[in-house]
Order: sequence, then C-alpha cells, then structure tokens
Amino acid sequence: MSLDILNIRRQFPILDQNINGKPLIYFDNAATAQRPIQVIEKMDEFSLRTNANIHRATHSLANKTTEAFESARETVRNYINAKEVAEVIFTHGTTESINLVAFSFGEAFIHPGDEVVVTEMEHHANIVPWQMMCQRRGAILKAIPFADNGELRTDLFDSIVTDKTKILAIAHVSNTLGTVNPLATIISKAHARNIPVLIDGAQGVPHYKIDIQALDCDFYAFSGHKIYGPTGIGVLYGKRQWLDLLPPFLGGGEMIDRVTLSKTTYNQLPYKFEAGTPNYVGAIGLASAIEFVHHFDRQELATYENLLLTEATLKLKQIEGLKIYGEAPYKAGVISFNIEGIHPFDLGTLLDQLGIAVRTGRLCADPVMDHFGVENMVRASFSFYNTIEEIETFYKALIRLKTMF
Amino acid sequence: MTIDEIQKEIVDEFSGFEDWMDKYAYLIEIGNELASIDPKYKIESNIIRGCQSRVWLHQDFIDGKIIFEAESDALIVKGLVALLLRIYSGRSPKEILASEPRFIDEIGLRQHLSPTRSNGLLAMVKQMKLYAIAYEKIAERK
Repeated sequence: MSLDILNIRRQFPILDQNINGKPLIYFDNAATAQRPIQVIEKMDEFSLRTNANIHRATHSLANKTTEAFESARETVRNYINAKEVAEVIFTHGTTESINLVAFSFGEAFIHPGDEVVVTEMEHHANIVPWQMMCQRRGAILKAIPFADNGELRTDLFDSIVTDKTKILAIAHVSNTLGTVNPLATIISKAHARNIPVLIDGAQGVPHYKIDIQALDCDFYAFSGHKIYGPTGIGVLYGKRQWLDLLPPFLGGGEMIDRVTLSKTTYNQLPYKFEAGTPNYVGAIGLASAIEFVHHFDRQELATYENLLLTEATLKLKQIEGLKIYGEAPYKAGVISFNIEGIHPFDLGTLLDQLGIAVRTGRLCADPVMDHFGVENMVRASFSFYNTIEEIETFYKALIRLKTMF
Repeated sequence: MTIDEIQKEIVDEFSGFEDWMDKYAYLIEIGNELASIDPKYKIESNIIRGCQSRVWLHQDFIDGKIIFEAESDALIVKGLVALLLRIYSGRSPKEILASEPRFIDEIGLRQHLSPTRSNGLLAMVKQMKLYAIAYEKIAERK
C-alpha cells in the first residue's frame, strides 16, 4: 500500500512524546483525534495575521476573515457533497447540532402524543436532547434495541416506528459498539413513511467519506475535533426544505434580518442558525483538517484502519476472560471490552503507566452499559496514525497487567 | 498515634517502591485485603458515584469518634480507600477536620485525588469531612 504511516505520524507532533517514560500510544481517538501540524499552523497563522470578526465590517481584515470563513463552509459542502452552502450550518459540535434540530423540530412539528425514535446504542448527545424536547412537547421517546452482537434490530423497525413517529435519530457509527448502521436501509424505510432522519455522524465522518445527497438523510451532525480539526466547531447539515421550516434555536446577532423592540425578522440560511460570533478560527481549522484528510485516498485509509481494528480484535480475543462488546459484521474505529475480574478504572490507570491512552467509564452511553449489565468498560479506538506495532504493545501490556490481579 | 503520624507511616511504607508497578501492586493488595462493607450499607444514600468507579461510604458515631466503613468497585481506588480509612476511621470530628490527606500526594498518587478523576475518592474525603462538621455541630449544641 502507498500509505506512508511514519510520514503521516510526523504530521502529528503530539504523538512524539513519552508518558510515564514510555512512548505515547494514543488509543482514544473516538474521544478526540489529534491535529496535524498544518491545521495548528493554519489556525495560528490566522490568529497572527488575519483575525477580525466576520460579516460585520468592510475593512480588509474583516473581508479576509469573512472570505476564509465562507470558504471553509464551501470546503465542508464540497466534502460532504451537500447541494448548497445554505444547508451547511456551523455549530460548536455534534451535541449542539443535535440540540438545534431537537429543539427547533420540536417547536415546529411535535405535538402531544407524537413519537420520536432513537436507538439503544446512541451516545447521550443523541438521546438527551430528544428526551428534553419530548418532555417539553408531551411526546414519547422510543428506542430501537440492538442485539448482543451490536447489530441494530432493524427487524423491529416496523413495530417501533408508527404513524405517530415524527423523526428518527440514529448514529452512523456507534461510539461503544463500533457498529456501522445500515443507513441506506433505515433512511429508505423511514422515508417510505415520510419520517425525516437525523444522523449522528460524530464517529462516522472520521472513518468514511460522506455523500450526503446519495445518503439522502435529512440532517447530519458531526464534530471538527474528531476529524483532526479543532474543538469548538461542528457542522449541522440539513436539507433546505427542513431548515426553511424550522424556527431558530439560538437568538442574537447575525441570525437576524431586522430587529425592532416589538418584532424581529430572521436572516436567511445558513445564518438563521448561526447566532453570535461563530468560532471562525475553528471553521478555518476544520477546513484545513478536511483538506488534510482529503489529500489521502479515503479507501486506503479505511482499509488500513480496518486492518488495525481486525488485528486488535484478533489479539484481544486471545486473552482469556476478555469480553468484547460489539462484534457486528460491519464495524469501525472502536473496540470496547472488559477483562473478567479487572475493573476498567484499574486497567486504564495501569495502561497509562505504560504510556497507553484508552477510554474507560460509561462512554456517554448508559443504555449500552445497561444492555450488557455492566457499570463501565474499556475502549480502545484507532486512527490511521496508529500502528500494528502499537497494537502488539497494547496486547502485551494487557497480558502483563492481567498478572497483577 | 495521631493522623499525621499514621500518614508518615504510610509514606514510609511506600518509599521502598522504586517501580510504579510495585506501588500499584501494593495498593491492589491493600485493596484486596480491605473487607467488603456489609451489603446492607451498600445503599443509594451511601454511594458516591463517580463516572470511573463507585465508592460506598458508611459511618457510625460511637463515643465521640466516627467509625467509617468504605469500599470501591475498582481495586486501586479500594486500596486508597483502605489507606484513607486507616487515617480517618475511629477519629474525633476535630481530628478529621484538622488534617488533610497529604500522604496521597507524597506517595505520588495525587492524580487519583483530583476532581477530574471522578473516581469518587475526592468526593469521599469531602463527605467524611462533612460528617465531621455535622457531628461537631451536634456536639456544640449539647
């Protein structure tokens, strides 16, 4: 393969350090990915030379910044193949994007007795905003369960989704189980009943190139910091037909057309949903991150990442007493597990002593913990800058640490 | 022995460990040795829920001293719990309030007591102190 992993790693200076005297092995990419030097430099250069607020002045710095910001929007539009830039809204992350849709869709379309459907494998960000909205609007939240192997119970779709269902929200890729959900099937089934679909793409976008028009989803949310960009910036894609009908979420400057003390009219898309000064430095960083990833053959990256996941899975399965949560046929990015008799906190703490960074805890997915009857898990999540050697070191570390218990 | 004398004892015990692995192995050993608290005390009101691990804390007030019993589902935390019980259980409220668990820092495990750790330890220490404050107040009123 033509992927030069060593060269890729050199683009990420943070990887070149020791933790507790051991080389850092960063296996927490599902929590946040690292930023390549070009993203960091782009943002720094911007803050050093070009910074000004956007859309608010006619001076040169403002013009340059506005141009850079809107150019970043076009970069995102192009990357996800959305029809128009008006459908690309900058938010502060996936969580805010979902809150926006839950709130505004709720205001516009949800009435007492209506239903909202999510799934049992969702991250709290794709459960709680809907719950809050349902409570406010007198609606009912339902969830499609998943099977023990991590696959979504699409066979139960027809019994859970009814003619009262007004919207369906689902993860592209599960942050705990790694399951890649059959989006095309779900969207087609939902659309057959005139139900719009929101996709939580936080774990999808780092691993897959999205073609939003081909997908035909109604909303798609993702975060910059998971795709090698900065924190504090995210995207909500929404079909114009929906966004035009939804009332604003946050009010303030920028999202208005004209304000009087008695009445205010709103700005057009996308600004209607971008109140206040946006994280324009973040948007520029996100565009740079997209350019960075775009530079590679996406299929090669996916193949390599799949190789890492497969290798890790094979190795972990050799460890006695280790249980993997989520073994769907189509998985990406993560491997969550427990070793019998060892608490994840203990394992995570000791792995840290060996320079290995994994996530432990409830993974912001209480329903997944409840499904398996556990309090917490360990999760290792990979990126294309991880290596087979790192996985081998991880495996050996687990074997060694097991002997301490 | 005073609380601070016990803390010094603990620090001495740990000073022999060069290797982090030995330090944690010892902590795990202490954690294993700590008796589980009576299941009837593993109730909602005694739980200190951290995102990373759970801690249960039970207390009785006998002859002017607070007797603590505690446990954690994570062994490293349980080891630190055992050490905290060693310095704080069976002490008067005044003694508890006058002392800080400095030994944790001195044995190089300060990161486990940080609020970001959410392993329940810091919350447990706070809770122990709150009990001490409560009992002191009660004593003052008598």
